[in-house]
Amino acid sequence: MSEIFDYLADPASWSGSGGLLNRTVEHVGLSALALLVATVVALPVGLWLGHVGRGGVVALNVGGVGRAVPTFALLVIFVLLPQPLGANTQSFVLALALFTIPPLLTNTWTGIREADRAAVDAGRGLGMSGWQLLWRVELPIARPLVLSGLRLAAVQVVATTTVLGLVGGGALGRVINVGFTRQDQAVVVVGAVFVAVLALATELGLGALERRASRPRSGRSGAGVPRGAESAPTRH
Amino acid sequence: MIEVAASPVLHSGSVADNCLVRNDWVCPLYLTTRSEQVLAALQEHVTILLITLVVSVLLSLPLAVLAHRAAWVKAFVLGTSTVIYTIPSLAMFSLLLPITGFGPSTVVVALVLYSLTVLVRGLVSGLDAVPRDAVDAATGMGYSRGRLLREVELPLAVPTAFAGLRIAAVSTVALTTIGYLFDSGGLGNLINQGLTSNFRAEVLTATVLAVVLAVLVDVLLVLLRRVLTPWRRGVAA
Repeated sequence: MSEIFDYLADPASWSGSGGLLNRTVEHVGLSALALLVATVVALPVGLWLGHVGRGGVVALNVGGVGRAVPTFALLVIFVLLPQPLGANTQSFVLALALFTIPPLLTNTWTGIREADRAAVDAGRGLGMSGWQLLWRVELPIARPLVLSGLRLAAVQVVATTTVLGLVGGGALGRVINVGFTRQDQAVVVVGAVFVAVLALATELGLGALERRASRPRSGRSGAGVPRGAESAPTRH
Repeated sequence: MIEVAASPVLHSGSVADNCLVRNDWVCPLYLTTRSEQVLAALQEHVTILLITLVVSVLLSLPLAVLAHRAAWVKAFVLGTSTVIYTIPSLAMFSLLLPITGFGPSTVVVALVLYSLTVLVRGLVSGLDAVPRDAVDAATGMGYSRGRLLREVELPLAVPTAFAGLRIAAVSTVALTTIGYLFDSGGLGNLINQGLTSNFRAEVLTATVLAVVLAVLVDVLLVLLRRVLTPWRRGVAA
């Protein structure tokens, strides 16, 4: 225990490119970037497939595939692949994004598909076009599930980013890995606490935002929100 | 991009040209020459999986029954499980390291914790979803609480519980790969060795084995669920 406090009290542990501050910034930055890439891909695809009612097999099973492929293994494969992949930032972000797509895709697709058909039919009866239906009926109804998909994806990418430290990448996993090479368990534990706090903060922070955004506005009920339809989270 | 010219055939007599020498991703020669090492790693991986599953299933049953019966236990168990499930695996292993030390125990304890969160949740929602009519009918027939649980509630909760079990099993196989860092053995050892020595066939073979193991376990669990729920034959997944 005292070694942990000694390590934390040493200013050198915090400063520099390998310091806790910079590693935390790297962790948040890489996670955010990967989440952004995954969202840009998964959200439109999920919205479109859900809207046209296709691709259910893919959207619903992609999570299982993501669970079965070990993050560490895929990252190592990416590192050993030739340029432009390999041990570089774009390669890492791409690998992280791949693992972040499943919860986003599943939740978006499910949200759109399970949007109250009566509401969709009513919209169609009012003469709405496909785009109008998607934007003004299906998406608002799907919003809670899409948001919970974003939360699941964010928590997951924070976890996946940690594994970068084992394949020569930066972020907080590197702190843990340095602890192992130095055979210093205090460093390992400090790195782990930072990762755990970051993951919990992501879960709690986005959970709070999600509840605020999903709160039914006056005059609207939460009807049509499918309960328990969200994808099961994946651990990394 | 600089294309490296095909190497002249001068050395063909001295150096064998095979997939190991070429460092190919796919190399059957890797499997045939190092089958012992691969099988040992696979066996370690399977052992960790089996211990994790057996321990977590045994622990999840009493926890889920308690949570099903007492609201405060349920709130506590579900709250704790959210926290546990949010902590990334590498961090969880590392946090346990000072307590459980190097070796498979650190990895098994962490994986049991993760599996418990999924299993208890699955079991509790399965128990909560047992139709009131079925419970009333059994109670009316004079079933004791224990018999009700064993013969009505638990069997009816099997399909939901198995959804959790499948997730736990598949995740466990994948998460065991980073256990190498904690000297737990398993396929992660091969992947890490392949990373440090730039040995592609070793990495890809171990990865494929991990995925195949996960899929195989998943299929076996689906079959087991069918055996355990004969009344659901003909009902879609």
